[in-house]
Amino acid sequence: MIRLEKRPQPSKLWATMTPVLAVIATMIAGGIMFWMLGKDPFEAIRTIFWDPLFHETFGPYSRPQLLVKAAPLILIAIGLSLGFRAGIWNIGAEGQYIMGAICGAAVGLAFYPSESILLFPAMVLAGAIGGWAWAMIPGFLKVKFGTNEILVSLMLVYVAENLLASVSQGLLKNPDGMGFPGSRNFRDFPAAYNTDIIEGTGMHWGVAAAFIAVILAYILLTRHMLGFQVRLAGEAPRAARFAGVNPTRLVLFCLGTSGALAGLAGLFEVSGPSGQVTIDFNSGYGFTAIIVAFLGRLHPVGILLAGLLMALTYIGGELAQLMLGLPGAAIQMFQGMLMFFLLAMDMLTHYRLRLKRPVAAQ
Amino acid sequence: MRVLKTLLATAALATGLGTAAIAEDKTKVGFIYVGPVGDGGWTYEHDQGRKAVVAEFGDKVETIYQESVPEGADAERAITQMALAGADLIFTTSFGYMDPTIAVAEKFPDVKFEHATGYKQADNVSVYSARFYEGRAVQGHIAGKMTKSNIVGYIASFPIPEVIRGINSAYIHAKKVNPDVQFKIIWAYTWFDPAKEADAAKALIEQGADVVLQHTDSTAPQAAAKEAGNVVTFGQASDMGDYAPFPRVSSIIDDWGPYYVARTKAVMDGTWESVSTWDGIGAGMVGIGEISDAVPADVKAEAEALRDALADGSYHAFTGPLNKQDGSAWLAEGETADDGTLAGMGFYVEGIEGEIPSN
Repeated sequence: MIRLEKRPQPSKLWATMTPVLAVIATMIAGGIMFWMLGKDPFEAIRTIFWDPLFHETFGPYSRPQLLVKAAPLILIAIGLSLGFRAGIWNIGAEGQYIMGAICGAAVGLAFYPSESILLFPAMVLAGAIGGWAWAMIPGFLKVKFGTNEILVSLMLVYVAENLLASVSQGLLKNPDGMGFPGSRNFRDFPAAYNTDIIEGTGMHWGVAAAFIAVILAYILLTRHMLGFQVRLAGEAPRAARFAGVNPTRLVLFCLGTSGALAGLAGLFEVSGPSGQVTIDFNSGYGFTAIIVAFLGRLHPVGILLAGLLMALTYIGGELAQLMLGLPGAAIQMFQGMLMFFLLAMDMLTHYRLRLKRPVAAQ
Repeated sequence: MRVLKTLLATAALATGLGTAAIAEDKTKVGFIYVGPVGDGGWTYEHDQGRKAVVAEFGDKVETIYQESVPEGADAERAITQMALAGADLIFTTSFGYMDPTIAVAEKFPDVKFEHATGYKQADNVSVYSARFYEGRAVQGHIAGKMTKSNIVGYIASFPIPEVIRGINSAYIHAKKVNPDVQFKIIWAYTWFDPAKEADAAKALIEQGADVVLQHTDSTAPQAAAKEAGNVVTFGQASDMGDYAPFPRVSSIIDDWGPYYVARTKAVMDGTWESVSTWDGIGAGMVGIGEISDAVPADVKAEAEALRDALADGSYHAFTGPLNKQDGSAWLAEGETADDGTLAGMGFYVEGIEGEIPSN
């Protein structure tokens, strides 16, 4: 008989081990699925995890792309992790991401065709403010009226999507676009273009911002009073109250920071890799970042690694479609498995498996 | 000396040809799809086109594709990877791939690109689209005749010229045969989302529509109409024959096969050039699916006559007199719309109620 026994304290070892185990379990289960689809499972797994990094043709292009794909995920997930640690659930990062992109792009486009070097910094600022303001709505409603931030922030995603559709056909539409929706392309607007800091490395300003966010979050959580309060509020809410943590301030700080970071991610994306405001500019980074935050154990370094891993499965998944003809849905299944196994393995952090001899009948 | 030179030259030529022959042994053709190949509509038909290329050239081609590629930053990567994978010709099959296609094409001058439904061309980027509005004219005619409530519902996708053109064309021809007809339009902001499309269809049916036209790609509206029982629909992009003879009474079918085969052939022969193609019923790029027996015989005959007139060019779907929605004159008696205006169409014709979002 195998029995589950609750651990007196969550196991530190297992907390670090479970993501690794989850990845291994995903490889095995995914491999079986690929095999059932009639593909060589080893080749499929190699294409997903190895080829984006080391394939002689694709590697040089894919490696920088990993950073490009991971940066918005990491940036958003870092912000979310602060709230999640404190028990404040911002589910609407996707909306804040969109609003950051709209506000930042609007500032840039308003000054077309300016060549000022101040333009891009102004856009960055506008992007952060856009995301921050959008997150302040659920924040304000929560502290003022006690509304549920999960619902409000989620609903605001759909509002933001409609605003996005509206501005890409109206306010920000390319005047030279022959009536088609979508803004001017930032690629043709050097002063506002989020270009590679070092040519060909994929290191655009958003990637730099993501790394900086990881470092700052690490310092905040380990060295700063506010970081301690965030952790305390999540782990022991009663103790936090006795210790004089101001819940209003904490809610506004956590939602505001995650909103601003999501807004930044949106701005860097719209002015760089994406290049223009279009109706369906957002591609789910705000939601995927929730997975990244948990996959990274809400720890800054963990999130950095989780973001890169997630980006790897995306790009590797694309290569697998291309090279092996795997269906797109199989790749999504594969990513879903990763999340599933992670949550399932989580049990090992809180419980231990005990082999128990059946008690002899008396 | 001369002999040696000739020999060397011949040898060099032979080697050169040799490598070229190996490299061009198989022409690699790539496709970027916006939806899943099993959507039963837009992407399904493009994939049929891909299969037509395979059927035509067999071992001489290798086709690769990637489905459900989001329109945005991801598209550029998907197209780049396809070019890196050695594709000689790449079809990017949705409007949103326009700028990414142009960007990748700059980096791969030797690869040929074909972008569907856009307007940006380059030395190695062709554009192609179909005159779906011709099919909409036939649909509008049948819709105007079939509706009893005089309310025709329209599930629109995105407010781009392509979609607006379709609404106008359907409306003009419905109005022609039924002066009381009214169009109710819902913007779904998606090309493929069965849940959203079903909701839109149900909302239209609740508002009294007994004909539902769709510019989205799933069969969900067909299912919703079937459930309602007395609502007429048309297949979109694909025949959607599973719902015939009722609610689906006819369809607009995209037939990309002949174009894809011709363009692949051009790459093989080295005769590929950047062109802008906009073909309709006449060239076979737009097909009208079998008009079912649920449509009265006289209506069917009229619709087929309209189809044939559009095909042989004796009739243009946008023929004056036509006014714009605001009442200003657009086309005089007998005048037909020019392609430039149609390509960038951003207005409704007179009689359609409501506004195009954000215009």
